[in-house]
Amino acid sequence: MKKMMLTFAATFMVAALFAQGLKIGDKAPDFRLKNVDGKMISLADYKDAKGFIVIFSCNHCPFVKAYEDRIIELHKKFEPKGFPVVAINSNDPNVVPEDSYEKMIERAKEKDFPFAYLFDEGQNVYPKYGATRTPHVFILSKNKGNLVVEYIGTIDDNYKDASAVKTKYVEDAVNALLAGKKPPVTETKAIGCSIKVKK
Amino acid sequence: MKKFLALIILLAFFFGCSSKIQEKQNTEIPIVNFSGVKPYLSSVSDTVYVINFWATWCAPCVKEFPYFEEVLNRYKNRKVKVLMINLDFPNQLDKSLKPFLAERESRINVIVLDDPNQNEWINKVDSTWSGALPATLIYKGSDRVFYEGPVELSDLTVKIDSLLLKP
Repeated sequence: MKKMMLTFAATFMVAALFAQGLKIGDKAPDFRLKNVDGKMISLADYKDAKGFIVIFSCNHCPFVKAYEDRIIELHKKFEPKGFPVVAINSNDPNVVPEDSYEKMIERAKEKDFPFAYLFDEGQNVYPKYGATRTPHVFILSKNKGNLVVEYIGTIDDNYKDASAVKTKYVEDAVNALLAGKKPPVTETKAIGCSIKVKK
Repeated sequence: MKKFLALIILLAFFFGCSSKIQEKQNTEIPIVNFSGVKPYLSSVSDTVYVINFWATWCAPCVKEFPYFEEVLNRYKNRKVKVLMINLDFPNQLDKSLKPFLAERESRINVIVLDDPNQNEWINKVDSTWSGALPATLIYKGSDRVFYEGPVELSDLTVKIDSLLLKP
C-alpha cells in the first residue's frame, strides 16, 4: 500500500514537473521534426552550433507576424556566430487550418525564411518545453553535449514597433552567452496566441 | 396605477440613457495603458468582477465572447461587473474590434489595453499567467481565480454564484 502511494506520489510529481515544462538551467530535450523543405531535422544535426534560438511559432498569429522580420534578422545575425533560429509550429491544423504544413511551406517561401521552420506534428514537443504561446522563445546553449536552457520568454519589449524597442532580450541573452556570460535577463513574459491543441 | 406608470417611464428613461452611454462606448472605445486597467483588477467591495483578456484575432476568445454577454444578461440585477480588456492592435480597431462589436450589437464593456511593456504588467494581472490569450480573472475582494486559456460558461457561473454567496 505504501509502495503504491509512493508510486502514485512520484507519478503525480513527474506529471506536475512535466506540465510546467523547462526551467532555466534545465537540460532541453532534442526532437526530430519535418522542416518546410521536407527533411527531418534534429538539433543534433547542427554540429557547429554553440546553441539555439528555439522559437515556438506559427503562421496565423498576429504577434508572430509582427515579429517575423525580427526573427529573420535574429537568424541572419546570430547563425554565423553559432546561434541559429529554429522555429517550430506546434498548432493543430484541425483547429487552425492556416497553420497546416502546406501553409507553413507557403509562408516560408513568401518570407524567404533563412531558418528551419519545423512542424510539430502530433504536438509532442511543445509540452516538453512548456511552450504556451506564439511566439515563445527558448535559448539553449551547448554544454558538454547537453542543451541547457538559458532564457525563456519574448523577443524584445515592444511587439508593435521594432523601432521603439528599448530592451532586446533575445539579442542581449545571446550576446552574453557568446561572451561566456549568463544572460542579463533570463525570463520574460509577453502576450501571444495560445498554442492550439487538438480537441 | 399612476405610480406604476411613473415607474415604467422612469425605467424606460434609465435604460434609454444607459444604452446611449453604451453606444457611445462602442463607437469610441477607450484605449488605455496598464495604469488605466489596474483599478479594475483589485477592488475592495462586495461586487464580483469578471474580467476577460481577449482579441478579435484570437479564435478561442471569439468563441467564448458570448459567454460573457450571457453573464452580463444573467446577472444584470446582481452585483456583478463584466469588463472585456481587448488586445487588438490599436491601429486596426476600425477594421477589427469596431465591426466585431457592431455586428453583435454588443452592450458589453470593452476597453483596449495598449501597453507594450507586457513583461511588467502580465505579472501584475496574475503571476501564473504566461501571456497566452484568452485569460479570465474573476474576483470579489481578496477571493480570486485566474484562468489561462478558454473557459466554459459553467466555469464562469459556478464561480460567480459561489462568490455572490460569500459575505
